[in-house]
Amino acid sequence: MELIYEKSRPGRRAGRIPRPDLPAAVVPDALRRATPPRLPEISEPELVRHFTALADRNFGIDTGFYPLGSCTMKHNPRVNERVVNLPGFRDLHPLQEDEGAQGALDLMWRLEQYLVEMTGLPGISLQPAAGSQGELTGLMLMRAYFADRGEGEQRDTIITADTAHGTNPASVTMAGYKLEKVATDERGNLDLADLRAKVNERTAGLMLTNPSTLGLFDEGIEQVAEIFHDAGALLYYDGANLNAVVGKSRPGDMGFDIVHINLHKTFSQPHGGGGPGGGPIAVRETIEPFLPVPRVVREGDTFRLDRDQPKSIGRVRGFAGPFGVFVRSYAFMRAYGPSLTEMSEVAVLNANYLLARLRDAYELPYDRHCMHEFVLSARQLKREHGVSALDIAKRLMDFDIHPPTVYFPLVVPEALMIEPTETETKERLDNFVDVMLQIAGEAADSPELLHDAPHSRPVRRLDEVRAAKEQTVRHGFGA
Amino acid sequence: MGYLSLTDRDREEMLAAIGVSSVDELFEQIPAAVRYAGPLDVEPELTEQEIVALFEQLAARNAHTGVELSFLGAGVYDHYVPAVVDAVLSRGEFLTAYTPYQPEMSQGALQAIFEYQTAICELTGMDVSNASGYDGCTVAADACYIAKFATGRTKIVLAETLNPMVRQVVKTYAPGFGLEVVEVPHTDGAIDPDRLATATQDAAAVIFQQPNFFGVLEDVPALAAAANEAGALPVAHVDPLSLGLLEAPGAYGCALAIGEGQAAGNFQSYGGPHYGFLASRTDFIRRLPGRIVGETLDAANERGYVLTLQTREQHIRREKATSNMTTNQTLLALAGLVYLSWLGPQGLREVGEVCTSLAAYAKSELRAAGFEEVFSDRATFKEFAIRVGRPAGEVVRAARELGVHPGYALGRDYASLDDALLVAVTEKRTPAEIDRLVDVLRQVAG
Repeated sequence: MELIYEKSRPGRRAGRIPRPDLPAAVVPDALRRATPPRLPEISEPELVRHFTALADRNFGIDTGFYPLGSCTMKHNPRVNERVVNLPGFRDLHPLQEDEGAQGALDLMWRLEQYLVEMTGLPGISLQPAAGSQGELTGLMLMRAYFADRGEGEQRDTIITADTAHGTNPASVTMAGYKLEKVATDERGNLDLADLRAKVNERTAGLMLTNPSTLGLFDEGIEQVAEIFHDAGALLYYDGANLNAVVGKSRPGDMGFDIVHINLHKTFSQPHGGGGPGGGPIAVRETIEPFLPVPRVVREGDTFRLDRDQPKSIGRVRGFAGPFGVFVRSYAFMRAYGPSLTEMSEVAVLNANYLLARLRDAYELPYDRHCMHEFVLSARQLKREHGVSALDIAKRLMDFDIHPPTVYFPLVVPEALMIEPTETETKERLDNFVDVMLQIAGEAADSPELLHDAPHSRPVRRLDEVRAAKEQTVRHGFGA
Repeated sequence: MGYLSLTDRDREEMLAAIGVSSVDELFEQIPAAVRYAGPLDVEPELTEQEIVALFEQLAARNAHTGVELSFLGAGVYDHYVPAVVDAVLSRGEFLTAYTPYQPEMSQGALQAIFEYQTAICELTGMDVSNASGYDGCTVAADACYIAKFATGRTKIVLAETLNPMVRQVVKTYAPGFGLEVVEVPHTDGAIDPDRLATATQDAAAVIFQQPNFFGVLEDVPALAAAANEAGALPVAHVDPLSLGLLEAPGAYGCALAIGEGQAAGNFQSYGGPHYGFLASRTDFIRRLPGRIVGETLDAANERGYVLTLQTREQHIRREKATSNMTTNQTLLALAGLVYLSWLGPQGLREVGEVCTSLAAYAKSELRAAGFEEVFSDRATFKEFAIRVGRPAGEVVRAARELGVHPGYALGRDYASLDDALLVAVTEKRTPAEIDRLVDVLRQVAG
């Protein structure tokens, strides 16, 4: 398909803005642009057709089943889009005086109360823009907390699990900490012996996803918390998998001191092909003084943004956070109310149902009930038929199913990480099972069908090595 | 009850297939001591109709730019967002997709990001752009991290005329990056290139803003030259809507160009979600944070697009990654692409010209009414500072009583400018509205 730049014709245009009858703009010659940017020159009808054609070549949760593990691709309610576009939210300037933004501040304060209730931790900052920024913020909080206690120099190491999302170790480096990794035992829990050997007076904290990226709740979480707290260290909860445990188990009760919540996963902010997201953090009282500014404060019936927090780490993004994400997530929470608990129950039920029906056709590395997601391995299919997890992923596309997450977590070879979420019907789940079983059969009977997949998408399998080598990352305008 | 889809019968059949008698059994892997007894102490669930009513009440308590005549800018602006932006962003295939890890399922988003990267490179005069950053603040921190590795130096120089919020975010990130931050004061509203040159010795990067936070046009070629002379990377923080009229950072020697994308195609939305953009010369492509889309071929030799250079990224490189970034702001960046395509090069220049003309009209009317410009010798773009004769925060409150938000009180960030108001004029304002601003300020100023 042509790029919008290839459809461009000199002199064509879509939009026009009003031109008031005023003298022409004066700009110093030395600062005036010499050569105009080659933006598209396109009429409005063709502009709409271009982006409609691109939408047709994209697949969202609206299009079909999207069991992408660790990404919680649930239905995005349309009422949330309606309310986020109310002019009182959409056209509100972030530097509006607090008196002129009472509805927005009230909404943020209410959202905070819901997050307090679900995490079991009292202090909230809504500011981080995404889960990974929540992680980095959490580590900055650890640094500030230990510096305040005179242990800033001493505690220089963060421990992560070998099943951790790549963001955890990457955040550790960005926060200026050293990294130590801890192993997973044969049941998929943190290896307590390995942990005891590695936690010491240099440890600042642990970063953990629970349930883990294997979709398993850590059965030793109480002992894990004890090991860290006894050593004077803190526990950070990566909330990527919170959808498994809302109203069932709260990170604060598990012993975590700092938590981030992915509003674009558990609370249904549409992910927009890569973003936006929201990564608010919840913390214990002892960490609260260090939270980013500004904070939402309630005084009687009025609300204000408080920037005067002397121990705060400062700001991690502009303004008070991704407000539109807050509107959608709060609307989502209100649609469930106390049955947010049932949301997690059904997410876990759906995942276990798929696990039960697929476990004979694919290898199951950890033989336990799962939480909201589970990991299968295609190792046996690879050994016997030369078919990889990637081949299976590409073949699923031919059935209008988005592939699961593949090759993650790293501790499982040929991993297929499957997360159905709570919003699917049994018919969709059954169809996925049927297709996965058919593909397992094809792997034995006609492996080339899988090697050559996909067969029905707008493009065939793409050469990622070539892209990395050529490094064509912008249109060249025929140059 | 929320958005669940299973019937009671479905549940029974599924429990039977799993081989358990209740959902509770599945949760037994959670140690009893950390199970939550519930129920969650939250309000009862609402129907869709009730949600709309509740949110309409909340929204009604906000003084938005449709009910209050606004000259408030300072980083987020009330520019016009065309209907095609809403139309494209409401397509579920874009709205409800995840990050395009599987390119054959995601050619639409990938091609759109490639087109966005092209637009940002064209605007800024740079070679490469990432797929977006969180906002105009965090991309500045990203630029510092790139500069640290590119130069092996650990000092960052910030112009005092760089948006204070951007500077605050850089300072929050700096300790973890192992960077120290130095600020260069302004001289009559702009940065003196000689003063910058002195501060820039041994620096990894210098970040300045064009137009700067006061709306003033900096002598950016001289600032970039001072940085280059000292071996520091010059980084320009730019307003995308100025770049039809003002020179591109690449043309005056910058290594990186960054900025807040909101003005181009995003609503104000009380501060987000918006998108930050980050573009650089080719030299730094392997240090860029976050997603980058590249062109390639498929098995049938047809052109297609994929996420590329992923060996920079956290899911491959883990602790050695160039950033921890995963989620970015793709949907908002898509809005930017649609907006810039709607305008085209001619339209973009016209937006810049109209903003500048209207701002010039506002300045001359305010001058005629006896208001003094704070930096009267400086050329400005769509924003400028005036003195209001008393603390500007009081003037803002008094003007709002009369239905006009006259601008940003600069004393919030600059102690010496307590009586200064930063006035922003976009193409949405009319000369008649500017006359009303002048009239209201005349009534409420000291």
